[in-house]
Amino acid sequence: MVGRDADNRILVGGAAAAFCVLIVATLVVKGSTGLQWIMSGMTVGSIYALIAMGFSVIYSSTHVINFAQGEFSMLGGVLMFSLVTRGHLPTWLGFIIAVLIVTAIGAGLERVAIRPMRNHSVISVIIVTIGLAIALRATAKWIWGTDPVRVTAFSSGTRVKILGAYLPPQSFWVFGFAAVAVVLVFLFFNRTLLGKGMRAAAMNPDAASLVGVSSSTSSLVAWTIAAALGSAAGIVIAPIILPSFSSGAMLGLKGFSAAVVGGLGSAPGAVVGGLVLGVLETITAGVLPTGYKDAIAFLLLILVLLVRPQGLLGRAEDVKV
Amino acid sequence: MLRVDKLSTFYGNIQALRDVTIRARRGQITTIIGANGAGKTTLLRTVSGLNKARHGLVIYEDRDITNMQPSRIVHAGISQVPQGRQVFGEMTVGENLALGAYVRRFRERGEIEDDRRMVYELFPVLEERASQVAGTLSGGEQQMLAVGRALMSHPRLLLLDEPSMGLAPKVIQSIFRTLLALHEQGLTILLVEQDAKIALETADYGYVMRTGKVALEGEAGELLENEEVKRIYLG
Ligand SMILES: Nc1ncnc2c1ncn2[C@@H]1O[C@H](COP(=O)(O)OP(=O)(O)OP(=O)(O)O)[C@@H](O)[C@H]1O
Ligand SMILES: [Mg+2]
Repeated sequence: MVGRDADNRILVGGAAAAFCVLIVATLVVKGSTGLQWIMSGMTVGSIYALIAMGFSVIYSSTHVINFAQGEFSMLGGVLMFSLVTRGHLPTWLGFIIAVLIVTAIGAGLERVAIRPMRNHSVISVIIVTIGLAIALRATAKWIWGTDPVRVTAFSSGTRVKILGAYLPPQSFWVFGFAAVAVVLVFLFFNRTLLGKGMRAAAMNPDAASLVGVSSSTSSLVAWTIAAALGSAAGIVIAPIILPSFSSGAMLGLKGFSAAVVGGLGSAPGAVVGGLVLGVLETITAGVLPTGYKDAIAFLLLILVLLVRPQGLLGRAEDVKV
Repeated sequence: MLRVDKLSTFYGNIQALRDVTIRARRGQITTIIGANGAGKTTLLRTVSGLNKARHGLVIYEDRDITNMQPSRIVHAGISQVPQGRQVFGEMTVGENLALGAYVRRFRERGEIEDDRRMVYELFPVLEERASQVAGTLSGGEQQMLAVGRALMSHPRLLLLDEPSMGLAPKVIQSIFRTLLALHEQGLTILLVEQDAKIALETADYGYVMRTGKVALEGEAGELLENEEVKRIYLG
């Protein structure tokens, strides 16, 4: 075991070192253009991180991989279009309403579609989440049509220049919201009894049941948090990506890869996985022909599953196949 | 206080409990002894709702709690100290105790603090270790924490599954002294043990389980004198 632990540390350390070398090389060779790539990468990476956390929260309390996670982000984006761009509500109000609507949808779906499946296998529940994703996508297509929508940025103004790199103001909103969301999730799981109960249930389900943690409540809370995180992510990134009914699939896939890379079930892992994926994608987009960018998520996913299935920050005993 | 009637529990096709009937009387310590695999843990898990009964009834304070959700059974006033302690290893001692009071989180703030103080009086070492991660406690300390955590839900009936497992005689003595103290305060206790001697010396009434059935029952003092019990379990 000691030998394997050491091996694992070398593997994770090696991956971290390789990533740092890549960052430094990009900065040295490309200068401010490289910095530009890295900052844009961190912007989308923050979004992937939030979506990854949604995957992780549901996974660690129910062992379900929620394939409708990306649709929460899509819904956040298109709702923002209706409320703010079309409905002319102030951005903050639109944000709150959109998050509340999607969160209510997430909680409602858990009650009507997931909870009735509680005596079925995890695989059956995962298939239900695929069904939910298809249903949400179809509903969005029916309401918002097939064309991507353009969502107003949170603040007007031109690009901000830092050390020769240009960032849209929306990037700072993304960083800010992501940081706040990560802190809120951390506080929930580490400072509230409800959150600690969910962590306890992830560690030892029977013992958690014996102190009265209800798996049904945990599942509802997990879906609520995942929907809130997903929608917030979809909303703040909306002005950058032109959301449409189908944009949830790609966001979901990227978030899932990020979660697996960081270690499914690990919140810090989700953040690291998201940022790493985002930065690798933009660097790839910069140096390789377009189209390769979206393959990075698959590549990382396959690589991690082959070499270290528990992810960078996950622990081996957490992996249940 | 607790009545288990003809309870049968299965693991797949394997029957682990066969028409088990037992009582735990209010204010008494009732013990269940038996060899490995007799079904003692399965019985406690079925009472707590972790395993589902196929036939039979669990009646607690005149209420049918058979196959209720485990959390609702804790709400009803039954708390279990599971076999192998099962503390939340990555959390601190204090957090483990706080989770013990999980079902009372919306009310009784003051009472929860009183209970925490009571647990610290029973097990002073837990107070010293309050901010230590539970996984790094010794086996005896973990057992004390498991008992303390179960007490934090303020149960009227405490189920214990082999609290002596893997502990040194001195530690076992101290845990059983605590159980007697709780008994004196009026707590009803259902104690599963492999260590038949200490269990029967502590309890008022006892059951002997064998291959999923109750083989023998009687006053604890009588069981201690019973030839068969002496030969098989005390020998
Ligand atoms: N999860 C399980 N799946 C299948 N069979 C099980 C399971 N748990 C227990 N059993 C079987 O049920 C029977 C009763 O087991 P149980 O754990 O209740 O015994 P016990 O009296 O508590 O034993 P011990 O003193 O070793 O703890 C045993 O034959 C055991 O092999
Ligand atoms: Mg047992």
